[in-house]
Parts: sequence; structure tokens; C-alpha cells
Amino acid sequence: MSRRNPLLAIGIVLVVGQALGALALPLLPYRPDAQNILARFASPSLAHWMGTDQFGRDILARVLAGERVLFTVSFLSVAGALATGGSVGVAAAWIGGAFDTVAMRLMDVLFAFPIILLAIGIIAIMGPGTTGTALAIAVVYTPIFARVLRAPALVLRETDYVAASRAIGASPWRLLTRHVVPNLAPVILVQTSLSLSTAILVEASLSFLGLGTQPPGASLGRMLSDARSLLAFSPWPAVFSGLAILLAALGCNRVGDGLQDRLDPRLRAR
Amino acid sequence: MASILLRRLAQLLLVLVGVSVLAFLIVHLVPGDAAQIQLGATDASPAKLAMVRHEMGLDRPLPVQYAIWLGRVLHGNFGVSLDTGRPVLAEIADRAPVTVELTLAGLLLAIVLAVPAGCAMAALRGSTADIVVRLVSVIGLTMPSFWLGTMLLYGASATLPSLAVVGWVPFSQDPLANLSRLVLPTIALALPVLAALARILRAALIEALNQDYVRTARAKGLPPWLVLARHALANALIPFMTAAGILAGYLFGGSVVVEQVFALPGLGRLMVGAIEARDYPLVQAAILLATAIFVVVNFLVDMLVMAADPRASAA
Repeated sequence: MSRRNPLLAIGIVLVVGQALGALALPLLPYRPDAQNILARFASPSLAHWMGTDQFGRDILARVLAGERVLFTVSFLSVAGALATGGSVGVAAAWIGGAFDTVAMRLMDVLFAFPIILLAIGIIAIMGPGTTGTALAIAVVYTPIFARVLRAPALVLRETDYVAASRAIGASPWRLLTRHVVPNLAPVILVQTSLSLSTAILVEASLSFLGLGTQPPGASLGRMLSDARSLLAFSPWPAVFSGLAILLAALGCNRVGDGLQDRLDPRLRAR
Repeated sequence: MASILLRRLAQLLLVLVGVSVLAFLIVHLVPGDAAQIQLGATDASPAKLAMVRHEMGLDRPLPVQYAIWLGRVLHGNFGVSLDTGRPVLAEIADRAPVTVELTLAGLLLAIVLAVPAGCAMAALRGSTADIVVRLVSVIGLTMPSFWLGTMLLYGASATLPSLAVVGWVPFSQDPLANLSRLVLPTIALALPVLAALARILRAALIEALNQDYVRTARAKGLPPWLVLARHALANALIPFMTAAGILAGYLFGGSVVVEQVFALPGLGRLMVGAIEARDYPLVQAAILLATAIFVVVNFLVDMLVMAADPRASAA
């Protein structure tokens, strides 16, 4: 098995490419909301790489604006889930006993809900919008991080070097920053990338349902939803908004999977 | 075995209680209380508000309210829709058949196609085609079903304009029309699950193919396809079954979105409409019922796996 992994390379190219594209938005000659009614429903051309929509707005600019929101919301929610779920999982493993049981049973309850349903329930409370969506995704992914990090933390707690470190009087903070986090870093990296990939799809689904970022905010899911009634005039807004969602999720998935192959030698043979 | 069954049953019950508490809390965490929601936008005087609160039992401690609510739910009384005034359960019963049919069709299609796809992927391991096949499977895995559905819809209307692909005809009314309208939504819904299942089967097969019993089967001269079908597949189907159970919940969530694409009158559109109409009892009941069914289905799948694989009961 060669160390070169073409699938990981594809993932990195996709993620970095899209991040740079989203950052390059101000360099485009068109603003995402600038209308040019004379140039509406244009097909892709040199002037408009992805064509224009029903108001003559540049689809590329709108897709990049949507990706900014998509990546920001997904990343912040997954980071929030990592912070809460990860803390719960590590604390459960470290403290053990009744705390472990209660915390993990609580996580089981959250984990029992189908993802979209739990997200819809939280949005029902918070109301549709960017904040509600971000919070919903964060809650949905919290039990996943708790479960994934509890198991290796349990193993870590019993290792000799942690015991030795304790014996020489290392503070809990030092244990956490010098031993726990560095040793969990591979698991954290892999799980964060994989969760990001599905979180992107959840964000886009919720926006597609009209529950996510509200207009005039940019949103790829809503863009696709709006484009459906205009398919007879031009398929391009629907094609490119959906393609952008797919490539965003695909890139993060490849990075996560590739990292897993690279960081977990037991899986490399596959 | 019996003690494990009891422990699993206790866990199941615990999760169901937890799920019901969270579902109960949905209505209580909404800004403004249930009495205000019940009275709606009409300007309610404080006196009237207090009266409704008392009628609804909102002036009692939260645990008491939960107990009363749970008692009603267990008797099948999920309250009344604030939007239509009909019992919530009747609203859900009207819409559930669409979602159930779509979810089952999606699961069936995914399983039927994932078994040969997973076997083919395992057989191709290590070849140049392997990389292409894996990339295709990952694209399927991350495919947004609402985009695939939209593109299928566009393709169908461009190539076969006479084909009716949107909307719903009940199976009892016209089975053929029902099934023909089910085709595109089922494909859109099933593809990500098909990709996930095929990948899981591929990994499980590759693991099984490295086991001693496969080497023995090969050594005694069984043809490769028989080794794969009789020995490797039989063992690889166990993680496959577990995954299929978990993905059933994903399919239900996917159905919520796909219904929107194809204008199907299922639970998903009911729920999205209920959020827009602030019809909280409806949202609450739909989430509670669907999650409870999902949890019980997963429990049953676990039991099946345990029955099929004695090693699983040790875990």
C-alpha cells in the first residue's frame, strides 16, 4: 500500500479550493445581490462562469456567498459539539462512577433521535434562522463526540505514563493539555472532519426546508429550493447550488477518511 | 442471554423515557407558554390567560405536568392541533402512510442493490478500478438527496414530459400510479444509504476474507464465488444488518426532505408546515412517535443480530 492516498488529495484540494473561493468573493466583479435584469437566466459563459439567475444575479458570486455561510455555520456548530460532547466524554471516562453512567445515558437519549428530527425539534423552539440551525446541529453532534472520545479516554486513563505523571504531582490541567488532548488529537481530527461533512448536508437540508438562514442572508439550500420553480427557464442555479453542497460535503468526508487511513495504521491495509 | 435481554430492555425503556421528557419539554421551552400559544395572536387579558393556564394545568409543578401529559400520551391522546383543531394523532395518521411507504421502499432498494455492489467492491479491492469505485461510492454517500431529487425531476420533465412524477396517489386508489410516482423519490432517498451500506459491506467482506475459515474454505477447493457467498457474506451481513437498522432513522429524516422536493403529503411536510404555523403539539407528537418507532426498530435489529451471532451478546 503506497503512502500516497489519491482520495485524501482530492479531499484537500476540494476543501482548500472552496475555502479560497469563498475568501476570493470580494475579488469578483459582481456582488452576490447585484441585479441585472437584462442578463437574466444566462447560461455559463466567460462573463458569468456559472450563468445568472432570474434577476440576472451572478450565480458564482451567490454560490460563494452561500458557501461562506454553509462552512461557517457547519464549522461553528461542529466545534461547539466537539467542545461540549468531547468534554462530557472525557470527563465521563476520567471521573467514572455515577457521573459516567448518568452523562452517557443522557447522551444515549440525544443519540436516539434521528438527526433531522432532533434538529427540527430544536428549531421549533428557537424559531427558524441561522442561530437555531447552528444550535440544532451542535446539539445533534454532541452525543457523537461524547461517545467517540470516551472510549480512548478510558484507555488513556489507565496508561502508565498518565499514572506516572499523576504520581509526580502533575496538575489536572497539565494532564489534560500534555497527555489527554495530544493523544486524542487523531480521533478528534478524524471525527471533526467526518462530522463536518454530514453537518454540511444537515445545514443544507434545513435551509432547503426553509428553516435555516433566512433571506436576505445567503444560503445554498434555500437557493436550490428557490431555483426549483424556475427549472424550466434555467437549470443552472439549481445545478450549481446543489453541486457546491455536494463538493463541500465530499471534500470534508475525503479529508476525514484520508486522515483516518493515515493516522490509524490498523486500517491502512484496507 | 436472558439477563442481557433484560438489561437491553431496561436501557430501551430508559431511552424512551428520556426521549419523552425532551419531547415534552419542546412545548415548554418555546418562548411564551402553552396558554399563550393556545390563545394565539388574539390579545389575551391577564385574567383570561390565568384561567387558560389553570385549565391546562400550567400552574402545577413541571414533573406533575409531565406525568399528566405522559398518561394522556400512553392512552393515545396527543392533544389537538392548534392549526386545524383536529386531534394530532388523526393528522399524523393521515400523513404517515406516505412517509412509511417511501422509507420502506428506500430501505428495500438500498439493501437489494448494496449487497451485489458491496460484493463487487470487495472483489475489486486493490485494483485501479477500486479507486474509481470508491470515489463513486463516496460521491453517493455525500450526495444531497434533495439535489439529486431535483435533478431527477428536471431530467424526467425534459425527457418524458408526459410522465406524472409529482404529487401522490394512494396505493389503494391506483397501485400503478402510486408506484410510478414512488420511483424518483425512492431513488433520491436511497442513493446515500445504498452507498453507505455498500461501503460497510465491502469493509466487512474484506475483513471476513482475511479470516482462517475463508482460507480453509479456499484450501478445500471451493470456487471463489462460493467462498464469498457461503462463508464471507454470511459473516459480513451482521454489521450490515446493524447499519441498515441505524440507517432506517436516516432514511426517515431524508424522507422529510425528499417529500418537499416531490410535493408528497407525508409527515415531513406536515412537520415543516407545523413549524411555520407554530403548531407545537403537532411537532411534539410527530417527533416523539417517529423517534420511539426508530428506537424500537433499532432494538429489534440488535436482538436479531444477537440471535444470528452469539458473539454479539458478549459485547
